[in-house]
Amino acid sequence: MNQFLIFVKKEWLHIWRDRRTLFILIWMPVVQILLYGFALTNEVKNAKIAIFDQSKDEATTAITNEISASRYFNLIKNVHSYKDIEATFREGKIRLAVVFPLGFRNDLLHTNHAQIQLIADATDPNTANMLTNYATAIINNYQQSITQNEKLPYTIKTQVRMLYNPELKGAYSFVPGVMALVLMLVCAMMTSISIVREKEIGTMEVILVSPLKPFRIIIAKTIPYLLVSMLNIASILLLSVFVLDVPIVGSLGLLIAESILFTVTSLSVGILISNTAKTQQTAQFTSLMSLFLPTLLFSGFLFPIENMPIPLQVISNIVPAKWYYIIIKSIMIKGLGFTAIWKETLILVGMTVILLSISIKNFKIRLS
Amino acid sequence: MQSIVVENIVKTYCVKKTVVEALKEISFTVEKGEIFGIIGPDGAGKTSLFRILTTLLLADSGNASIDGFDVIKDYKQIRNRVGYMPGKFSLYQDLSVQENLEFFATIFNTSIEENYDLVKDIYQQIEPFKTRKAGQLSGGMKQKLALCCALIHKPSVLFLDEPTTGVDAVSRKEFWEMLHRLKLQGITILVSTPYMDEASLCDRVALIQKGEILSINTPKGITKDFKKPLWSVKANEMFRLMNAIKENTEVESCYPFGQYHHVVFISQENVKEKLEEIARKGNFTDFEVQLIEPNIEDCFMALMKE
Repeated sequence: MNQFLIFVKKEWLHIWRDRRTLFILIWMPVVQILLYGFALTNEVKNAKIAIFDQSKDEATTAITNEISASRYFNLIKNVHSYKDIEATFREGKIRLAVVFPLGFRNDLLHTNHAQIQLIADATDPNTANMLTNYATAIINNYQQSITQNEKLPYTIKTQVRMLYNPELKGAYSFVPGVMALVLMLVCAMMTSISIVREKEIGTMEVILVSPLKPFRIIIAKTIPYLLVSMLNIASILLLSVFVLDVPIVGSLGLLIAESILFTVTSLSVGILISNTAKTQQTAQFTSLMSLFLPTLLFSGFLFPIENMPIPLQVISNIVPAKWYYIIIKSIMIKGLGFTAIWKETLILVGMTVILLSISIKNFKIRLS
Repeated sequence: MQSIVVENIVKTYCVKKTVVEALKEISFTVEKGEIFGIIGPDGAGKTSLFRILTTLLLADSGNASIDGFDVIKDYKQIRNRVGYMPGKFSLYQDLSVQENLEFFATIFNTSIEENYDLVKDIYQQIEPFKTRKAGQLSGGMKQKLALCCALIHKPSVLFLDEPTTGVDAVSRKEFWEMLHRLKLQGITILVSTPYMDEASLCDRVALIQKGEILSINTPKGITKDFKKPLWSVKANEMFRLMNAIKENTEVESCYPFGQYHHVVFISQENVKEKLEEIARKGNFTDFEVQLIEPNIEDCFMALMKE
């Protein structure tokens, strides 16, 4: 047991004395959370718009006021011709233009039929879609307000309720995503690098020629990184609760237990990488290519998996981060219990057992 | 009792589809408490041999055993009882001297206090720097620390792969004095070195070249095998002198050795006169010639030619 403890202590000293790496390990999740929380958001706020109002009547003024009062839009310009609209778009100043035709109110009241044109900059299709949706919603609101007192023969009203995330905050989906990303990176990349480093500087030769069992070497190497990632989980959760206002609805204990499970999965991936990599650069590169990108692409945190072609959907199933992401979302955001996520948990456990047994079996008791 | 037995060990590597024979049917034995030197140039196969004996590599064929334990079957027992100091400096650069020693003591199930006597002589020299990081030690001190780490669990056989490479002359001398003190404790030492002058400090040496053992003998025995008289010459223009000597058909070999050229003739009559005539013909000045005792390097050069 002493052997084991001194190995853990040694591993801890390596991490502790490499201040630069430690700094990155501890601050990376904080910076990521803050970045995704405040800078890299796909929510639309204060989109700049222009209005081309050809009728300037009571109705158009009312709609214009509604639109510019909304938190989604920021009216920056009144234009006076179609040419002007195009020029403003070209300058890249606005994302959306609203065009009222001549005699808007007149048409509305007398022909019961009026048109508004919405012109959006679709170089970014998602934003264009969102902006036109928001604008349409505001216009529909106005319509409802003017027909309020009249009895329409047949009407269908939609009642929308956004479950789990009523304010449609992006943070609800990226906090679990960042957790998956950070754990994968810290555990897999750092352990693989630290094992390969021993091969590179030659200390592995001496350790192998010792009574220490390979299994113990591996476990001892991973424990300090397990601790660091627990620290990361804590900092991510604290930030998300107190800075981003993302509550932990479900059980904190279950959340932590699942996180530990995923950490172990990531650690086994790291050990597996270290079995084949010969230099630290290879280890780092393999980790980035085989972990960072798949986690980013296939966990469902940036791009919805349902929208991908079938082959990619199948591939996404072997990415552990996908299952962890589902689990964390269920616990943290939806507040579900273990009965709802036992399948995903079982998949993760299975992956871990397979990865760990392969990597321990392949761990070389000799040099080549 | 025989500590190390090596029988017909063969090791080949595949480098870019060509097969390189690192060790060609090597056999030798080392007695308990002996300092056995493996002497040979870089690439002779020394490190491969050490790795096979320390159970880190598998030989293609042949047997080897340490203290009666087979290097393949009983690798666990061997790992319990040998000390190994690889050629590359293999300690943790970011741990202090004391932390390194403590780590290696503990993973071998012992403690610094328990075997302090064994490393005392060496450790006392680096003890003033015990809080310094291993990466900041000088080359000689690093080697001493590595030796301490290899010794701390009181191994019965010690493998030292080029322990003095890159170490200054004074530290090298100290290092060899330490090895002789360890020998007195009954520890068998297998040591490799590319420095021929260190060969005379071993009990027995094996000269190894391109994976083959050229000769195994005591250092004295090896020099005794050098049958022909050896001449050492010196003049003002050494390079021209070398060419002039080599032109002579009676010369068997001539190679530079420090400030001198060492020359061996095929027939041994009037050699001194012949050399002096070469000097006279070539108008060399400051010419010196003298008959010398061969050393290990001369023997090695001669064996390589055969």
